[in-house]
Amino acid sequence: MDYISQYASWLFGEIGHFLFDATEPGHKLTLMVIAIVLFVVVMGGILWLVDKPKRMPGWLVASGFVGPAVLALIFGLVYPALVTINASFKDRTGIDYIGLDNYTTAFTTPAFQAVLRNTALWVLLVPTVSTLVGLIYAVVVDRTRFERIAKTLIFLPMAISMVGAGIIWGLVYDSRTGANGRIGLMNAFLGLFGLDPLDTRLATPPINTIFLIVVMIWIQTGFAMTVLSAAIKAIPDDIVEAAKLDGLTGMKMFRYITVPSIRPALVVVLTTIAMGTLKVFDIVRTMTGGQYETSVVANEFYVQAFRQNNQGLGAALAVLLFVLVIPIIIYNVRQMRMSEEIR
Amino acid sequence: MTTTPLPPQGVVATDDGGVVAGPPKDGRSRLSRRAALSSTKLSSPWASLIAIILAVLWTMPSLGLLVTSFRPDSEIRRGGWWTAFAPPTFTLENYREALFGSSTSLIDYFINSVVITLPAVVIPISIALLAAYGFAWIDFKGRNFLFVAVFALQVVPLQIALIPLLSQYVDWGIAGSFWTLWLSHTIFALPLAIFLLHNFMKDIPQSLVEAARVDGAGHVKIFFQIMLPLLTPAIASFAIFQFLWVWNDLLVSLTFTGATPDVAPLTVRVASMAGTRGGDWEILTAGAFISMIVPVLVFLFLQRYFVRGLLAGSVKG
Repeated sequence: MDYISQYASWLFGEIGHFLFDATEPGHKLTLMVIAIVLFVVVMGGILWLVDKPKRMPGWLVASGFVGPAVLALIFGLVYPALVTINASFKDRTGIDYIGLDNYTTAFTTPAFQAVLRNTALWVLLVPTVSTLVGLIYAVVVDRTRFERIAKTLIFLPMAISMVGAGIIWGLVYDSRTGANGRIGLMNAFLGLFGLDPLDTRLATPPINTIFLIVVMIWIQTGFAMTVLSAAIKAIPDDIVEAAKLDGLTGMKMFRYITVPSIRPALVVVLTTIAMGTLKVFDIVRTMTGGQYETSVVANEFYVQAFRQNNQGLGAALAVLLFVLVIPIIIYNVRQMRMSEEIR
Repeated sequence: MTTTPLPPQGVVATDDGGVVAGPPKDGRSRLSRRAALSSTKLSSPWASLIAIILAVLWTMPSLGLLVTSFRPDSEIRRGGWWTAFAPPTFTLENYREALFGSSTSLIDYFINSVVITLPAVVIPISIALLAAYGFAWIDFKGRNFLFVAVFALQVVPLQIALIPLLSQYVDWGIAGSFWTLWLSHTIFALPLAIFLLHNFMKDIPQSLVEAARVDGAGHVKIFFQIMLPLLTPAIASFAIFQFLWVWNDLLVSLTFTGATPDVAPLTVRVASMAGTRGGDWEILTAGAFISMIVPVLVFLFLQRYFVRGLLAGSVKG
């Protein structure tokens, strides 16, 4: 018996080592393949079990298909969300209840009020500017010869991580001057007009927050442009024809035909970008780490929860993010209802 | 980013190619017909000028990164990247240093990114395909309620789940392994994936499924023989989505890997380099480019599918 238990513990040790301590490239890649195969086998097994027609009751078949997803969501999203809401009323170690103290801190401390102000600025500026620029661009390149390549250029930042975008723009903002002139593109441009370099070390509030917001606008405009362009192309030809017969051209056509026709798409783009911006984290983390009064709620959540180890406050900020999404969704739903009534 | 269904009117209908990339065959006749009908177009010279200015503004920053990543350190400090062409002074040293240098060794993180991303794309798609089929074609009690609940979960910010998930992983003793990332990315992807794939599955004609049922096919057979082949474009759309999202993710990896070189992906490493070596553009630009090249290539080659996914659902996050 001793042999068997010794062998078993050795075997489990080896398996555990293989599954959880991958350090060599070959080991990692093997583990990756095994994870995929293991997963396929388990899923296939479930399907094979439920695929005995007649003998299996209907609910068992249904749970074979839907069950894994529902269980995963309950385990990984629903239950943790409830735990977080509960934790937001507890102190930093997550033991004693302290009522609404975490929320009071988040709303009344000057440092956190700056965080909320910054977040508001992000959520106002990014959706409006991205949508406006995206719309203008979609209209001016519509049905031109270079439409495809022109769109790809604006769209490409969507494929770039926000970390990468942070570095791209950090270089643009560099304020140093070398022997051959200024290093950063923006300050070199200002130099053309004889202007002094702006302090773009991102250490001067409030302009530094604007510099970070520009990065997000640069990323999101492609999304706005793509969706709006598709909406513009879907405007029925007879509407455009009729408007032309009425003598509408250029700006008037844009104002009275294009914009009203794509109103539902505009609402979706605005609210989608607003919700994404609310949760923006990577850009702030990469470019300033939230220093110099540039922090936003999502970054502060990370700092409090995982750097300061203040679990209660971190949880409260996560709940705040969720609560702030709700008005945007309500706006979205109401606008959708309205446009459906009009139709 | 997050998720909202696009209005049924208009937007979805045009994914036949009006968008960015379309089928070359009938695209031409349609285009010329449209052009003949004239349009919502603005007056030409001004429109072209605006288009060119915006295109240049949007391209210059990335171009700057690309050029700088090939310049020697000393040159970068002397002047902007546009001065690099006369006389041209370029080097591959930055990439050698970034990929294999002992202080950066991005090649290890590159492998981590691959190891994290592939299962984190395959697993949620498989689970979501099954669930979407269940919601679309199997009748069971509480189906509508469950589907609406899954749909609504799309708006829950994932931040709200991070702290409890991390302590759960610590309890299980799997913290800091790839499993935490595969599991987390899978869970966070499910609501959007199920919603998107469900919409595509609902579009498959009822008669097709009925006919198969009459022939005695069970759900599993219908799923593999009818649904999967017809859904390939939809699966491709979501796969690209999820690929870009996982590869570019910072928050989830930062939370669950603790930035250890054994597990952390490129984004985590490059972000921490930006914090500790800010201003060392030779290494930062090369590092950023290494982290960007795979998603950019995937995006350029599969743009059509990406756009289709965007228009059919929206964006997640």
